[in-house]
Amino acid sequence: MNAVGQDMVRRDGPAKVTGTATYAYEAEVDNAAYCHLILSTIARGQVTDVDVSAALALPGVLTVLTPGNVEKLAPTDDAELAVLQDGEVAYRGQIVGAVVAETSEIARHAAELVHFTYHVDEHDSIFTTDRDDLYRPKAINPGLEPDTSIGNVGEAVRSAHLTVAETYSTPMVHHSPMEPHATTALWQDDSLVLWESTQSVHSVRTDIAGLFSLDAEAVRVICPYVGGGFGAKGSPHGNVVIAVMAARALPGRPIRLALTRQQMFAIVGYRTPTIQETTVAADRDGRFTALAMAAYGQTSRIKEFVEQTAAPTRMMYAAPNRATSHRIAALDVAVPTYMRAPGECPGMFGPEVAVDELADALGIDPIELRVRNEPEVDPETGKPFSSRNLIACLREGAERFGWADRVAGARDGDWLIGTGVAASVFPAFTLRTTANIRFDHNRYTVELGAADLGTGAWTVLTQIAADALGVPVEQVDVRIGDSAYPFASVAGGSSGTATWGSAILTAADTFRDKYGDDPADGDEAENTFIGTGFEGGPYATYAFGAQFAEVRVHADTGEIRVPRLLGVFAAGRIINPRTARSQFVGGMTMGLSMALHEHSVLDPRFGHVINHDLAEYHIASCSDATDVAAHWIEEDDPHVNRLGAKGIGEIGIVGTAAAIVNAAHHATGIRVRHLPLTLDKLLAGLP
Amino acid sequence: MRAFDYQVPADALAAMRAVAGNDSAVFLAGGTNLVDHLKLGLTHPDLVVDITGVTSDEVVERDGGLWIGAAVRNSDLAADPRVCERYPMLSEALLSGASGQLRNMATAGGNPLQRTRCGYFQDNTTPCNKRRPGSGCAAVGGHARYQGILGTSEHCVATHPSDMAVALSALDAVVHVLGPDGERTIPFTELHRLPGDEPSRDTVLHHGDLITAIELPDTPIARRSRYRKVRDRASYAFALVSVAAAVDVTDGVVRDVRIALGGVAHKPWRAYLAEEALRGQAAIEDNFREAAAAELVDARAVDGMDGGNAFKIPLVTRTVVSVLRGLTQENQ
Ligand SMILES: Cc1cc2nc3c(=O)[nH]c(=O)nc-3n(C[C@H](O)[C@H](O)[C@H](O)COP(=O)(O)OP(=O)(O)OC[C@H]3O[C@@H](n4cnc5c(N)ncnc54)[C@H](O)[C@@H]3O)c2cc1C
Ligand code: SF4
Repeated sequence: MNAVGQDMVRRDGPAKVTGTATYAYEAEVDNAAYCHLILSTIARGQVTDVDVSAALALPGVLTVLTPGNVEKLAPTDDAELAVLQDGEVAYRGQIVGAVVAETSEIARHAAELVHFTYHVDEHDSIFTTDRDDLYRPKAINPGLEPDTSIGNVGEAVRSAHLTVAETYSTPMVHHSPMEPHATTALWQDDSLVLWESTQSVHSVRTDIAGLFSLDAEAVRVICPYVGGGFGAKGSPHGNVVIAVMAARALPGRPIRLALTRQQMFAIVGYRTPTIQETTVAADRDGRFTALAMAAYGQTSRIKEFVEQTAAPTRMMYAAPNRATSHRIAALDVAVPTYMRAPGECPGMFGPEVAVDELADALGIDPIELRVRNEPEVDPETGKPFSSRNLIACLREGAERFGWADRVAGARDGDWLIGTGVAASVFPAFTLRTTANIRFDHNRYTVELGAADLGTGAWTVLTQIAADALGVPVEQVDVRIGDSAYPFASVAGGSSGTATWGSAILTAADTFRDKYGDDPADGDEAENTFIGTGFEGGPYATYAFGAQFAEVRVHADTGEIRVPRLLGVFAAGRIINPRTARSQFVGGMTMGLSMALHEHSVLDPRFGHVINHDLAEYHIASCSDATDVAAHWIEEDDPHVNRLGAKGIGEIGIVGTAAAIVNAAHHATGIRVRHLPLTLDKLLAGLP
Repeated sequence: MRAFDYQVPADALAAMRAVAGNDSAVFLAGGTNLVDHLKLGLTHPDLVVDITGVTSDEVVERDGGLWIGAAVRNSDLAADPRVCERYPMLSEALLSGASGQLRNMATAGGNPLQRTRCGYFQDNTTPCNKRRPGSGCAAVGGHARYQGILGTSEHCVATHPSDMAVALSALDAVVHVLGPDGERTIPFTELHRLPGDEPSRDTVLHHGDLITAIELPDTPIARRSRYRKVRDRASYAFALVSVAAAVDVTDGVVRDVRIALGGVAHKPWRAYLAEEALRGQAAIEDNFREAAAAELVDARAVDGMDGGNAFKIPLVTRTVVSVLRGLTQENQ
């Protein structure tokens, strides 16, 4: 029996629930010292003086790192990593110092005693579309063209039967993984060991080795378990660099550095707020004649990251005239980064609400309207889809959800009830990864530097390896989370399982070619899988999905509840239904959270996020996510990769917010175009 | 976070003296608010005096009412069958607050003394008159969603976050205090202050005053009462607006009524004006709305990002009407 497709329980489950899985901060080392970061309290200017005398006088303080007193790093164009190299402050909350002490309490106390003098420059942290310094970036994440245009959108709009042209927006949000960013760092005998909470041990190694001018072999990054990342741990941030500086300042002494929850809202990235000027024009039958989005986002003045908000508009539906653009404001704010489904997650909000608005105006069922606008091929590249089962997802979802029974104006006591639908999409690609297979004592050990963020990589890679080698899972030991293993790509872009799994298939082929089915102890083979890269191959490769939401709005108070959320996905071969379901449901729950709750309130007068803890920054609680169900359709895609697997980690969050906003409109007749959907936006329109 | 001494006194008197005699000493009850403040550097005591063992942790009958020891945990109080039967609004208020774990730690004495959740108060790097008198109030023009609309001052617009306190205010509870000058009682509605020009003081208590118990008078009207909390998520969120109410309707006329509001002011807001407007009136929706309007004549929104908190004014009216409608419909 194949292991792939079985609902195998998590291999790391028992260690996690019994508390024996060691996370980065808990690495077993002797005599650790503790590091606490100090963040700037101005949004722009320079540190002109630092008085460390009071901090150093505190018993137990080992050293204080400040601008200018730390080692010079190798030149880098990543200003986020060039910490403490000069006194420049480019955003509030930037790292301006750190204390190392015998205990974390002493370090934290001493951090309060370090006195900074600043020269303060006027800052500008206001994100709007009427700024005169918006610019067109050279490329958008992950290397796409900023603007595209086919046909003539303006003309099409003028001759359209109906057009929805509205502005939608999504707020700044933070990843907020349960485990904060944490490091244990040890510098000893000219080599560095980092126990680091990361989505990519190898990219941490490359960046750190480069910054400190070390050979890659002198740096080892270990990360067996991660308590969530969502992109915030996709590439290293300044905190790791500080931990390494501290370790090198105190050779032989392991340094532990964990961020506080407040610091998590300052220096490890966030999803930019987006503004989406969206246009959908249609003829009388609901066929789209034009589709366009002008997308706006922010980045930090010192480092550019451009969310590809309009990317999904380029491929989702057919239309002869289409245009997308991205404009960016570079502000005195922290550096944004990728967050679960960058591009697709915010960028499917505006269009999927606009399609609903159009359906409403045309009097066409929103599912039917989407079906009418299915493209034959990827509309902008002309590539055929390797598989595209959006319609199947919509139809099966409608069936399971009871879409046909939908009635407007439904009410249950004080609650107004509505239902809504939206589509999901996420690209499928693979990256470069090497895997190694060794045989010993009748067991196969499979090694690669992959990461399990809690997604199930430990488990599904074991299943894939067992099938690739044609042996039961009990005979396979997969080892991941260590840069001592062969190079593996980042756990990101929903590319992990397909990439690492493909690398294991490739290595298994090599192993069997070399040693046949009866290897000897010590036989070992390694091979590298190249992957498609972000550009993909001859096919347009995407996972699709359909999300259905029931929303209840309290007629008196406007409180919004989502008693039911149902998603159906077409994401290629599902390796393990148990871990897959939890990815889909987790994504959908995060989408619900985005719809109703998540909002990092950046006060532009100060330049930082004011609701920077999990009491005030709301994510969905258990009672908000009462019935979240995920299903998938069987999809056999021979083109996407040998495994036939598309990514499943991110698509669950895409479309959820639009489905919920559409359902709220169905319940109340009120169209909210700016997230989060909170009761104050409904009150005025309620009976 | 700074090092401090920790003391477990023998009794209430010793606890009171330990704190009263030391400007830099604080009481520690469940610690669910105080410990956060220690970590955030909002307070820097030299001495922390643990009072969980020095006051009663029992709820006892007295004069037809209930006497709640200051050390009674929020979860125990919410589950007490006498509270559920005779003062359901109090049980509901407690259960609507925080989370199960927090309620297991939080105490009857500590809950009403928790401090505002104003984001600027909790962030040492921003101006705040409550935290640093004279530094200004950053909430005005900023993140105003959770700020107040009643009784605010130019110095502070913060709200009191406790749910329990809203119910205690509606119930005319009495606070028993042991201070340097001996024991005294304070009507619960007079425990908390409006900010005025001295927002650093949340209550009328003085340094060293120890709450020993909270007394609930016999209140038959409270047997049919409700606590309704309107918030941004279904659980584990502070109130945008909350309403504690009890109403006695005979022959379609409001004989007596109790209303207190949460999430609107620096103190739990007893809605005396609304109560007065309703007594003797027909129990109909128009009158409920007018009563709420009477309470809100002096309401003022705080300007801020995302429209400030102007939505709270209609939200109060809508919630009051909703709760009274529900209670009076059950009545019939
Ligand atoms: C994440 C989070 C969410 C929350 N959500 C809610 C909510 O929705 N609704 C709500 O109402 N509350 C909420 N709370 C607050 C919680 O209810 C309070 O923290 C708790 O009730 C305080 O009680 P305590 O015993 O832990 O007080 P402590 O933290 O021990 O003390 C609080 C203050 O009171 C003083 N004090 C304590 N006892 C006495 C006494 N007997 N006499 C004199 N002074 C005393 C202390 O010195 C301290 O200044 C939340 C808290 C957190 C952390
Ligand atoms: S509202 Fe009060 S607590 Fe908040 S910043 Fe202003 S003074 Fe401080």
